[in-house]
Amino acid sequence: MGEQNNSQLLSRVATNDGHGENCSYFDGWKAYDRDPFHSTRNPNGVIQMGLAENQLCLDLIQEWIKNNPQASICTDDGVAYFKEIANFQDYHGLPSFRKAIAKFMEKARGSRAKFDPNRVVMSGGATGAQETIAFCLANPGEAFLIPTPYYPGFDRDFRWRTGVQLLPIHCDSSNKFKVTLDALEAAYQNAQKNNITVKGVLATNPSNPLGTTMDRDTLTTLVSFVNRKNIHLVCDEIFSGTVFDKPGFVSVAEIVEDDPCCNRDLVHIVYSLSKDLGVPGFRVGIIYSFNDAVVACARRMSSFGLISTQTQHLLASMLGDDEFTTKFLAESRRRLSERRRIFTAGLKRVGIRCLESNAGLFCWMDLRPLLKAKTVEAELELWRVIINDVKLNISPGTSFHCSEPGWFRVCFANMDDKTTEMALTRIRTFVFRANAAAQEKKKRWNMALRLSLPRRFEDMSIMSPHLMSPQSPLVHAAT
Amino acid sequence: MEGRGCNDMLVCHHGVHPSLVPQAMGRLGKGGGTGPYPLGELLFCSAMCTHINPCSPDANTLWHGVVRRKAACNTHGQDSSYFLGWQEYEKNPYDPKTNPSGIIQMGLAENQLSFDLIETWLELHPDALGLRRDGTLVFRELALFQDYHGLPEFKKALADFMGELRGNKVKFDSSKLVLTAGSTSANETLMFCLAEPGEAFLLPTPYYPGFDRDLKWRTGAEIVPIHCSSSNGFRITKSALEKAYQQARKQNLRVKGVLVTNPSNPLGTTLNRSELDTLIDFVVAKGIHLIGDEIYSGTNFADSPSSGGFISVLEAMQGRQNVSDRIHVVYSLSKDLGLPGFRVGAIYSNNEAVVAAATKMSSFGLVSSQTQYLLAALLSDKEFTRKYVSENRRRIKERHGRLVEGLRRIGIDCLKSDSGLFCWVDMRHLLSSNSFRGEMELWKKIVYEVGLNISPGSSCHCDEPGWFRVCFANMSAATLDLALRRVEDFVVSGGHSSGDDDNGRSGRRRYRIKKPSFARWMLSLSSSSDRRSERGC
Repeated sequence: MGEQNNSQLLSRVATNDGHGENCSYFDGWKAYDRDPFHSTRNPNGVIQMGLAENQLCLDLIQEWIKNNPQASICTDDGVAYFKEIANFQDYHGLPSFRKAIAKFMEKARGSRAKFDPNRVVMSGGATGAQETIAFCLANPGEAFLIPTPYYPGFDRDFRWRTGVQLLPIHCDSSNKFKVTLDALEAAYQNAQKNNITVKGVLATNPSNPLGTTMDRDTLTTLVSFVNRKNIHLVCDEIFSGTVFDKPGFVSVAEIVEDDPCCNRDLVHIVYSLSKDLGVPGFRVGIIYSFNDAVVACARRMSSFGLISTQTQHLLASMLGDDEFTTKFLAESRRRLSERRRIFTAGLKRVGIRCLESNAGLFCWMDLRPLLKAKTVEAELELWRVIINDVKLNISPGTSFHCSEPGWFRVCFANMDDKTTEMALTRIRTFVFRANAAAQEKKKRWNMALRLSLPRRFEDMSIMSPHLMSPQSPLVHAAT
Repeated sequence: MEGRGCNDMLVCHHGVHPSLVPQAMGRLGKGGGTGPYPLGELLFCSAMCTHINPCSPDANTLWHGVVRRKAACNTHGQDSSYFLGWQEYEKNPYDPKTNPSGIIQMGLAENQLSFDLIETWLELHPDALGLRRDGTLVFRELALFQDYHGLPEFKKALADFMGELRGNKVKFDSSKLVLTAGSTSANETLMFCLAEPGEAFLLPTPYYPGFDRDLKWRTGAEIVPIHCSSSNGFRITKSALEKAYQQARKQNLRVKGVLVTNPSNPLGTTLNRSELDTLIDFVVAKGIHLIGDEIYSGTNFADSPSSGGFISVLEAMQGRQNVSDRIHVVYSLSKDLGLPGFRVGAIYSNNEAVVAAATKMSSFGLVSSQTQYLLAALLSDKEFTRKYVSENRRRIKERHGRLVEGLRRIGIDCLKSDSGLFCWVDMRHLLSSNSFRGEMELWKKIVYEVGLNISPGSSCHCDEPGWFRVCFANMSAATLDLALRRVEDFVVSGGHSSGDDDNGRSGRRRYRIKKPSFARWMLSLSSSSDRRSERGC
């Protein structure tokens, strides 16, 4: 009989690459894991700038926990709740928790939208929420349209075990990567041409990796589009509390509330506390749907990823503290804004531009001028240099399905001020060296030209230096 | 198709075009599969049974939509009665002070017997709980920790604990452990890893109704029953296994494995050495997997393996060749430690590919780092765990004995068992007719007249009518005694054999249904002024 090998013993889902961990997004993480930066123990290690975590305000939360011992079931003040909390496994969640989440979501939106606690459904982080909503809204083989560039994790969360497809809505820098009606229509038609049933649109607002918020017009366009096609709209608003600058955040919930003609049954929001509060370890994912049937179905599915009641209990108390949440949101925004300002100013000094952004924990950095060629290969080559030589883990745009090579996502909220400065120093050094190398190469090239025989003219087009494109500000500065 | 029909009704109700509602939701009401009972019912029943909140606006609308259609399109007129027990309990929950004539919940397999031991430990260890390590706050580290490999100290402590529960006859390697959000998630994840949509796992009947959801719902896998009967104490036989395998083939289902719950839910028995050997021989011969859901491993109170003690599938496979790659264990702290709210489940496998795949899938349901930290401290205290395990067993044994003896005095037998938080009670002699209709009639009387919510065997896919699962570990001894007195009154007065009206109510003493009060106990959990448990503990 013999032993069957694993590939036969296991399912396709278990053995395929649907988890996405073999893509470039995660390669950088692996490089970081092998050689992680530490200011004293490993100052030459790789600095992690590929992880969109918010570590700027954990001190505020820590302070609150110290001052509120009753919120923890493990302190003298709170242990009396232990039994009830440990025993409570109702997938509706603690009522106090749902109420506190609804309240916090309202507050993050400046009370411009109201949230009903009965529509708050738990999930295993936003990861679990996205998978669950895909299970609820689409069959295997069906598709959701998604604006590029987008968070690589969606390929796993939305598609892996569900069999649902993600088809791109192409956006580019010509209009700051905004979603246009033309792009939506084109993506939809393309799916139809390929006989793929489109079930909805998945948008992240504020955007990851762009760090921009969708303006009201774009959101309205989106909502009208899905209404016309009678498909769903899932808005991942996980970064809603990180909007630190104008033009401010408009939630899809506001559009729904303002427009009585909108079919509310088509609109769903995914949320999480992993970014706004900076507590990814606590696994707090939320599905908020305006569709009763989806709420009910998602709630049953939440059995596969309920939030620990210990955590629900703590957060119900914390997020129910009005004074704390007001102070926290304001301070968090201030710190994010400041950190971004320092970072982008530092980049600007070496001629590196970022997409104008007002939210998120990262910048969308434009390194197109540093590419040898406007190709994915060139981008990945540059990226490998940045990881291995500059020792920064940043995320290449191709891993976000960006159609234009040369963009990189750089996270800035997961480190202290000193590390930020260190990262900027390394970038500065890298750019200067690259610049110097380009100048050196140009000089040698010019000399070679003077000395070469006419027959080498044919070779010139192949040997033209591409390290710096003519548009690079550095080239202008040097000439 | 029945499921589609339910969907249409549902979506018309909500104004959503049917084309927008996918199969996943349709499967909520999909019929067919594994026995005479429409699957959707059981799916729904199991979902409702463990998590019901029938009066919440969203659940209500959906629920009524499904129930109305189900009532119309099913052959069993009483199918909707599956929901009744739970609904009745939620409307009228027993409380010794405020509602002494309410319905006693005996359909919920929870372990509430040993909380005090944990609470005492918590009070003595403020550091672990105030999120401190050596006095410094570790909050920040924990808040950021989302590595799906889990907190190393927690996995080590859990692995050691699992070994201890098996008398250290099996050693657990924490690198082969995958943490999941409860065993609900563990079982689903294993299915995703081991079976394609449309492939099947064999399960001995009767089995935990939640498996219909956990193993099949989103995975598309199928369950084919291995029929067990009271004629041999519901033991698994080689011929039953073969029959199930052939049945699957007849249905064009490729069998990928066998899943057993050991100790068994709902039987409360453990697999003996012979059954385990038969199982392992079978999976080796067929080249398939064996999953042992050992969630009740800590509830076994037998004195030794030879007198019916618990033997893990991992122990049984020791010394066998070519088999470790296909044997996997599921565990959870929801039953042994009585911590279902914390959502701590685990998959253990010697198969590296399974561990790797399951670890990645655990992203969809990781255990909160806050909880991992607390439990790492708790389970690392070996003195505590030793004391807890033995005292917990002692209390379960005592309570089990109380129920068994109490029923025996009334002439009601239980299947001989030495594990679990419930007994498998033989009420066949109380049936008005030896049929599932008769079982339903009896069950409704027990809910309405006796005021006990117990689980009818049919909801566990039992082949023989008349068996009921009765839980005993989620209430105080006084409440258990009261439940027994009520059963005695019922039996002595011949209530089981009286004529009924259409709703199974004989007009005899009925437990008055109060206004819906379920919300009270849920809300009371968040109220600082009222910490009294309303479950009669």
